[in-house]
Amino acid sequence: MSIHDLYLLSPEISLAALGALLILVDLVVKRKGILPALAVLGLIVPLAFSISLWSDLAGDNTTHLPGLFNAMVVDHFSLFLKFVLLAAVVVVILASTEYVKKIQRFQAEYFALILFSATGMMLLASTTELITIYISLELTALPIAALAAFRRDSRSTEAGLKFLILSAISSAVLLYGMVIVYGFTGTTSLAAIANQISQMTLTSGTPFGSNALLFGIVLIIAGFGFKIASVPFQMWAPDVYEGSPTPITAFLSVASKTAGFAVILRVFYVAFPLDTLSLDWGALFAVLSALSMTLGNLVAIRQTNIKRMMGYSTVAHAGYILMGLAAVSARASGGEAALGPSGVLFYLGGFAATNLAAFTVIIAVSNRIKSHEIDDYAGVGRRAPLLAAVLTLSMLSLIGLPPGVGFWAKIYLFGAAVNTGLGWLVVIGVVNSVVSAYYYLRVVKAMYLSEPQSDVKISFGFPMRLAVGVSFAATLFFGLYPTPLLNLARTAAGALIS
Amino acid sequence: MPEAAAWLILFLPLASFLLISIVIRPTLGSASQLAGYVTILAVGASFVLSLVALFSTVASDGHIAYPLHDWFSAGEFNFAVGILMDPLTAVMLVVVTGVSLMVQIYSIGYMHGDRGYTRYYASMSLFTMAMLGLVLANNLLQIFVFWELVGLGSYLLIGFWFDRPSAAAAAKKAFIITRFADFGLLLAILYLFFNGDTFRAADLNPFVITDIYHAIDLGIISVGVAQWVALGIFAGAMGKSAQFPLHTWLPDAMEGPTPVSALIHAATMVTAGVFLVARFFPLFEISPVAMNVVALIGGITAIFAASMGLVSNDIKRVLAYSTVSQLGYMMLALGVGAYGAAIFHLFTHAFFKALLFLGSGNVNHATGTFDMRYMGGLRKFMPWTYATFLIGSLSLSGIFPLSGFWSKDEILAHAFDSGDPVGGLVFLLALIAVFMTAFYMFRALFMTFNGDFKGGAEADPDAPTHGGGLHLGESPAVMLWPLLILAVPAVLIGFVANPLTDLGVVPIHWMSEFLHSNPALHNLHSGAPEFNKSLAAFSSAVALAGILLAYMMYQVKVISPEVVGRMFRPLYVLLSRKYYFDELYEDILVRRVFYGSVAYAFDWFDRSVVDALARLIGWFGANAGSALRQLQTGQLQTYGMAISIGILIIFGAFLFVRG
Repeated sequence: MSIHDLYLLSPEISLAALGALLILVDLVVKRKGILPALAVLGLIVPLAFSISLWSDLAGDNTTHLPGLFNAMVVDHFSLFLKFVLLAAVVVVILASTEYVKKIQRFQAEYFALILFSATGMMLLASTTELITIYISLELTALPIAALAAFRRDSRSTEAGLKFLILSAISSAVLLYGMVIVYGFTGTTSLAAIANQISQMTLTSGTPFGSNALLFGIVLIIAGFGFKIASVPFQMWAPDVYEGSPTPITAFLSVASKTAGFAVILRVFYVAFPLDTLSLDWGALFAVLSALSMTLGNLVAIRQTNIKRMMGYSTVAHAGYILMGLAAVSARASGGEAALGPSGVLFYLGGFAATNLAAFTVIIAVSNRIKSHEIDDYAGVGRRAPLLAAVLTLSMLSLIGLPPGVGFWAKIYLFGAAVNTGLGWLVVIGVVNSVVSAYYYLRVVKAMYLSEPQSDVKISFGFPMRLAVGVSFAATLFFGLYPTPLLNLARTAAGALIS
Repeated sequence: MPEAAAWLILFLPLASFLLISIVIRPTLGSASQLAGYVTILAVGASFVLSLVALFSTVASDGHIAYPLHDWFSAGEFNFAVGILMDPLTAVMLVVVTGVSLMVQIYSIGYMHGDRGYTRYYASMSLFTMAMLGLVLANNLLQIFVFWELVGLGSYLLIGFWFDRPSAAAAAKKAFIITRFADFGLLLAILYLFFNGDTFRAADLNPFVITDIYHAIDLGIISVGVAQWVALGIFAGAMGKSAQFPLHTWLPDAMEGPTPVSALIHAATMVTAGVFLVARFFPLFEISPVAMNVVALIGGITAIFAASMGLVSNDIKRVLAYSTVSQLGYMMLALGVGAYGAAIFHLFTHAFFKALLFLGSGNVNHATGTFDMRYMGGLRKFMPWTYATFLIGSLSLSGIFPLSGFWSKDEILAHAFDSGDPVGGLVFLLALIAVFMTAFYMFRALFMTFNGDFKGGAEADPDAPTHGGGLHLGESPAVMLWPLLILAVPAVLIGFVANPLTDLGVVPIHWMSEFLHSNPALHNLHSGAPEFNKSLAAFSSAVALAGILLAYMMYQVKVISPEVVGRMFRPLYVLLSRKYYFDELYEDILVRRVFYGSVAYAFDWFDRSVVDALARLIGWFGANAGSALRQLQTGQLQTYGMAISIGILIIFGAFLFVRG
């Protein structure tokens, strides 16, 4: 390990250090109010390091900066995801301030745990080696289990314990898959795995000779499927979403999902490229995509609790994003190769902005009305016109309607799928987004068309305003002018292809 | 005309919308009079620019080429925005901005004192902007964006009085039904996406409309492709233009403020469908199937909607059915290839229908109700409104020599001359619609303005709260002038814009020729058919017969409507229940089939099967002394089980596929 490795890891190191710092400061400072402010300001450091790394890549004309004995790499792909993750963390911390004030105890730990988990996620975006992937994944999951149980009432505890146990099961499954892949190829480095597999194909003449390796890959898909809450590994999501503190729900649905897709893209594009495998995992992702969209949307229709509804909605969105992974078979030709992964990255960025905008409003409103029932959102349009407008536009964006960025995200992703001959999947996707309008608009309907239970205006503090403002501004800006985000996503996806 | 000026037509109402919602409403309060003036100024300036656009389009032989601007591109997907300025665009611009301007002026009086005054004008600006964006767009995706914005604007305006449950429900209904239809448009876009390679091979962009025209010229688009794309587009148009069987939202949309109805039903939202078909007319032209579908749906809609207008007692609903029926007329015209006649009718219809709606607004202002059974005798109290309403009714009924006569006649002549069975059939349908139109319009006129006054809002148990109750008398000047101004084109524009002889300033058949000068249109036989005197006389006689029947039933009362109603009791009920379409959609399709079965089944599965499994396994777990026993359910095991089963299924599927 060299100094250069430290530099490559600097965003993660500074993020973890910030978490540790918060706990230390908490010991000496009486006014806990400065903790979130310190956390948000401190996030400038990892952001600055990430920007510096990005400019190194641009300056030296190198696309990859490998480090830590090739266990990780800094490239446009990982940095793009780090930007998305950092932005999400900022919004989640801002949105947590009021909430945390009410818990009184363990305030610093709350923020530190978020930062530790985010550290794991950022590592996930960079890792290129199975064991590092596993460790990062655990670092991501364990703090979330603690955070989910943070409220310490029965629902919250249940959510935390459920997440912990199911996450352990899925890790076990994943680890088992990794072991099989290792046993088959004799290496844990992703690039070397691909190399081994291709050589086997050449020597033995049977493409992808053993079912054992196939089984390993299926287990890996199952392990990752848990992280992104894809069918049939989605069952934990609604329970945990409902039980967790709402900011943590937002964190789970945005950051955790982003990291999950990051590692899936990395593993499958680097270790199991399609041209060396006769196994079309694109088709598998297509089926999972169709199932996730359909099940998520249909069950969401009947939900009465908005957090649970958003839980199923996240499952549905995992389905949409999986479409981008399914759209892999065009890899042969140069320009179109990056369409699938860039669609995934673009969607992740857009989804992060939109979903955070929606969640911040839900946090702000639910803090006041003390309920997560959709029926209790009655009259929010009159009690908080701005919040209601933001939530309405976010819901439209989640459906895939302009002017939010969700519109372009869906268009681009559906376009990528069409280009790879997945017309049937796109039809399912379009039908699903129409169906989803039903339950998203139900919230809008409740806000505007039902009589409010009280006429008290819903007020909220400055950090909350900032959280809503930032996420909503991003949703609207990229909705009206998607080019910058799209270009970033394309550059990032390019790093994965080459 | 420089490109910047053309963009300004779009950006002025947008600026007005932003100014009102960001500056005026937060700082000056929600009742600021300024909002109305800003909107009128912006739309007025757009109107002037639209006239300039029309003249410069005429001067440059029907086509001004503006460059495309790359908005973003992804791989081979390129989204380039631009303005398509052709005769259709120019005419539509004038219609949209002209009618919108009159409506905005009128609204100053009608919306006076409403607590949502600024919100109203902000929504109106947004809505006008969306419609203008749609008309100007030179890219299918651009069209789609503004198309959806039009939907959003109508949602906001129809549900303007959202504290009224019926208004809220109507807004939702309009939004959902048009959204449902937009599906077709989306599929058409996807279809072009699929077939994009052939376009790109010829260096064309599959979404740019002028490139689609080129592709048709070059023969790149086969009849099969054109047919599906055209039908998809038509599905979207059916929703917005409220064509049978997606017409149910429009009469309910009368819940919005009356000027909104005037705007939506005369110049903007509902004509968007007709516009869209006209915009892609070259695609429809090469597919006989698509043309016949358009003609038949149009013809059916024309009489279907008119028949419901025969029995409605709500003056605005009568006008709404009339609008649906007239839109059917325009579709029918497009379907038989009468492109010029259809747009010509859209043009004349915009003026007299806006006039009629605003007139009904005045009537409501005076009586506080829309129910014609509680009106009567209003001629004495509001002579100006009566006079203009009469002009509008005559024009709509197609009485010589008012505007409606010329455009309706051209459509009939086209259908008559087309010579194929579909043309003949829709000619008959159109003729029946002429009779019905004349009847229901004059039924409404007699019930409203003649006879004795029957009490207005005070007698009507269901009178809405808005309108301020009963104060008989003529409306204020600001609500009369727009009517008087609109009455002029309602009388003259039919003859002046498309004269039968050379008027000196205006050449013969000027409008049809101008519209047909679009180079993208090929297969059109001729600009306008010969004026057929006997046909015109015949159709006029049919219209007069309708008026006469109305006169006998509602004026001199030789025939009692009650007796007629009793004689045809089942038919009367069928019509007044709107052919039971609302019941079909809401009770059967939405509630029972979708919500009751599909969604319920999945939820049931989640609740019953999964939970039952959970309990079962939980019981196992409890008996095995699981450490998790305290956690009330055994669901965790289910989830673990599901993961395992999922893995096995995926693995099995792979083995199966690989053989």
